[in-house]
Amino acid sequence: MNIRILKDRTASGVMFFLTVISLLLVFVMGIGLYLKSAPVFEEHTLKELLFSANWKPMKGQFGFLPFIMGTIWVTGIAVAMALPIALLTAVFLTEYAKSYVRKYVFPALDILAALPSVIYGVWGTLLIVPWISNKLAPHFVDFSTGYTVLAGGIVLGIMILPLLVSLFIEIFSSVPAEFREASLSLGATKWQTTKFVIIRKTMPGILAAVVLAISRALGETIAVLMVCGNLPEVPRSLLDSCYPIPALIANNYGEMLSLPLYEAALMFAALILFVVVLFFNVISRVVLYRLEKTFN
Amino acid sequence: MKNFLSALQTPSELRIEKSGEKIPGRKIKLFRPDYKFIRPEGDSEIAVEKLNIYIKDQHILKDINVRIPDKKITCIIGPSGCGKSTLLKTFNRLIDNVEGVRIEGKVLVNGEDIISSGTDITSFRRKMGLISQRPCPLPMSIYDNIAYGCRIHGIRNRRKLNLIVEHYLCAAGLWEEVKDRLHTPAVRLSIGQQQRLCLARSLAVEPQFILADEATSALDPLSSKTIEELFVKLKQDYSIILVTHTLRQALRIADYVVFMYLGEIIEAGEAEQVFNHPRHELTKNYLSGAFS
Amino acid sequence: MKFFEEKIFRFLMIVATLVVFGFVISIIWTIASRGWGAMSWDMITKLPGGGFYIGKEGGFLNAIVGSLYIVGASTILGLLISIPVVFYLNVYLKKKSKFAYIARLAYDILFGIPSIVYGAFGFTIMIYLGLRTSLAGGIIVITLLIIPIFIRSMDEIAREFPRDILDTTYSLGATRYESMRVVLRQIAPGIATATLLSVGRAIGDAAAVMFTAGYTDSIPTSLSQPAATLPLAVFFQLSSPVKEVQDRAYAAALVLTLIVLILSIAGRFITNRFSKNKLQ
Repeated sequence: MNIRILKDRTASGVMFFLTVISLLLVFVMGIGLYLKSAPVFEEHTLKELLFSANWKPMKGQFGFLPFIMGTIWVTGIAVAMALPIALLTAVFLTEYAKSYVRKYVFPALDILAALPSVIYGVWGTLLIVPWISNKLAPHFVDFSTGYTVLAGGIVLGIMILPLLVSLFIEIFSSVPAEFREASLSLGATKWQTTKFVIIRKTMPGILAAVVLAISRALGETIAVLMVCGNLPEVPRSLLDSCYPIPALIANNYGEMLSLPLYEAALMFAALILFVVVLFFNVISRVVLYRLEKTFN
Repeated sequence: MKNFLSALQTPSELRIEKSGEKIPGRKIKLFRPDYKFIRPEGDSEIAVEKLNIYIKDQHILKDINVRIPDKKITCIIGPSGCGKSTLLKTFNRLIDNVEGVRIEGKVLVNGEDIISSGTDITSFRRKMGLISQRPCPLPMSIYDNIAYGCRIHGIRNRRKLNLIVEHYLCAAGLWEEVKDRLHTPAVRLSIGQQQRLCLARSLAVEPQFILADEATSALDPLSSKTIEELFVKLKQDYSIILVTHTLRQALRIADYVVFMYLGEIIEAGEAEQVFNHPRHELTKNYLSGAFS
Repeated sequence: MKFFEEKIFRFLMIVATLVVFGFVISIIWTIASRGWGAMSWDMITKLPGGGFYIGKEGGFLNAIVGSLYIVGASTILGLLISIPVVFYLNVYLKKKSKFAYIARLAYDILFGIPSIVYGAFGFTIMIYLGLRTSLAGGIIVITLLIIPIFIRSMDEIAREFPRDILDTTYSLGATRYESMRVVLRQIAPGIATATLLSVGRAIGDAAAVMFTAGYTDSIPTSLSQPAATLPLAVFFQLSSPVKEVQDRAYAAALVLTLIVLILSIAGRFITNRFSKNKLQ
């Protein structure tokens, strides 16, 4: 056989192998986490794990409710804060702004996206936490350390901003110019065009982007860990401390080796994150791919 | 308006004419109802004077002087990249959305300069219906596509909207085909139907002009014939400006022809004169297919 | 009325954009002003001395070197794995291949999985293999973490590569393997941008290295020793009650921010250059 064709075949084989191996990572990760968390299922039911608020690892009680609620609260605030800002910014940049404005804003978004989580954490402890503790909280409660759900939400909201804005920009600019022209030529203003045509046309994409941002927010660890206060209780207000799942894993993972069940419980926490994020990602990516296809 | 309607004798239309006569509480005379906008009587004319357009230091349109006559089909022809579409977009000022554009000169619509004055651009654009190359139904139902423009201009009365929708779908010859599925998404229509829907949508805001940018080039021959026929009917009431690549189409329907080449108007005049006795060498060559 | 609405929303949009801008400036200003005061030459050239954690002398050279080791090694490993994958997806597979679709979906999902999950998963693998927290563990996990980033960002650029050019090379009698050289040349700037992006992500990630690379006060001399990293240096020192130690955290945060800023600006610069070339 021709040596060149042999080379081609070998390369093909090697590449295929590498691709498949890297793809298998998804499955291996899921299975690995499941196997590791299996012991905790033997002692507790799934319902007990997810809906009990009893967290006493030393006594073998693992109720994840405080952590799940903490995660939901923080993520909810983050999305509620980031979504309007991101939507308005993206509309401004795609529909209104001149190119020189974009030239300054895009690098800023780049930087926001590139800053490591720990830097956001430092910023949060330096600025947001004292602000809540000194300025905001006294209006509502007697005392707050500032390490609260709200602080976590704000920091997290800023962290998902660049992701949301860049996804929205991508989605909006994929709408062909004809749609804008059609609406404008009927005498609509730019905002009417955006509201009735662009946003409507891209609604599935916008939802997908939000889901993607939620799944990013769910897994964020260090920054939230640094500003949330980490109390294993179900938060009741914005000014309570909370303890999101990633923070739980990060804080305890080193020291649990002596208790096998504890390790399994933490692995279960990782498994929850993995499953939820996987689910959200699959949905939103499939929607985004579809959207890309219909416009091209 | 009246003669245009007499051209359309569909049974359903007669039915509205009857049913629409009385609307409780207020009198509405059909087809001359008190819709906010009625196509004004009298001349509608575009006169372009010394128009120069630059996009990022590129001279796109050079010293354009042309008059577009009232209630005629004007075809703008010329090889690709000669500035036809730019000229068309200047007429409804969609050109404003192009980055780095600079406009000099005057475009007078009914004697009013639309370039310099602080015209209310939205109500002015209403007068210029636009049909684009690819039909683009807005992401809503067939009904809402037609009603969209009217709602934008403040008509909210459901009853009036129903009448308007039916009327203009008839005008575009689409009513019979879609009357049973007015509330299904417009994208499910065939491409030829979509283009007629776009036409009906533009007509629904009562424009004076219809600007069509190669409106038939994406359609199959049959659909494009339907559109052409519609144009011929519509010219009784509207001035139609058509940018086209297909010389044959221009030959078929044009009353007045503007030939452009490299951003300049080489020749403009009555269709018969331009096609049969072109004055300019370039026009002659273009018509005989020397370059395209 | 509609013009009123238009104006209000226009105003809100400008405010939103300024808010985004304001966050960037606020973060950088906070980090810079706090970090600059604590910064000194010793910080970035010395290892932690005796009594470092109660505020005695020393720096965080260990963390800088540890981060560089981990990021350098995993970038090289990541490139070795992801470049062939990108070629496979774009040259060997057909444009509408089902396998390619699923592969892209999977990499996007991997990209979305939180780094803490990578960390937890990596840690179990290490225990399974009998490894302790070590440089090697950190490198493995960070490599896994950045492979999807590499693949997806290179793939974005490779996908735009016109297939006609490939057909041209085939018609000259080249095999697919040989025509890869043409592709490689075209997407080289894309690889550079992807690398900068991944390095930025890798250097800033704390959650994944927390359990896998560990933390130490010395510079590792072999793969089996634990290694310190910059984000963890910030994190651990900030939790100290001693003010001097906290100051070091701010200094370390400043170093980290500067590195990331440089990478991000360089990335944008290359992208701009690249897209300019493409237009011509």
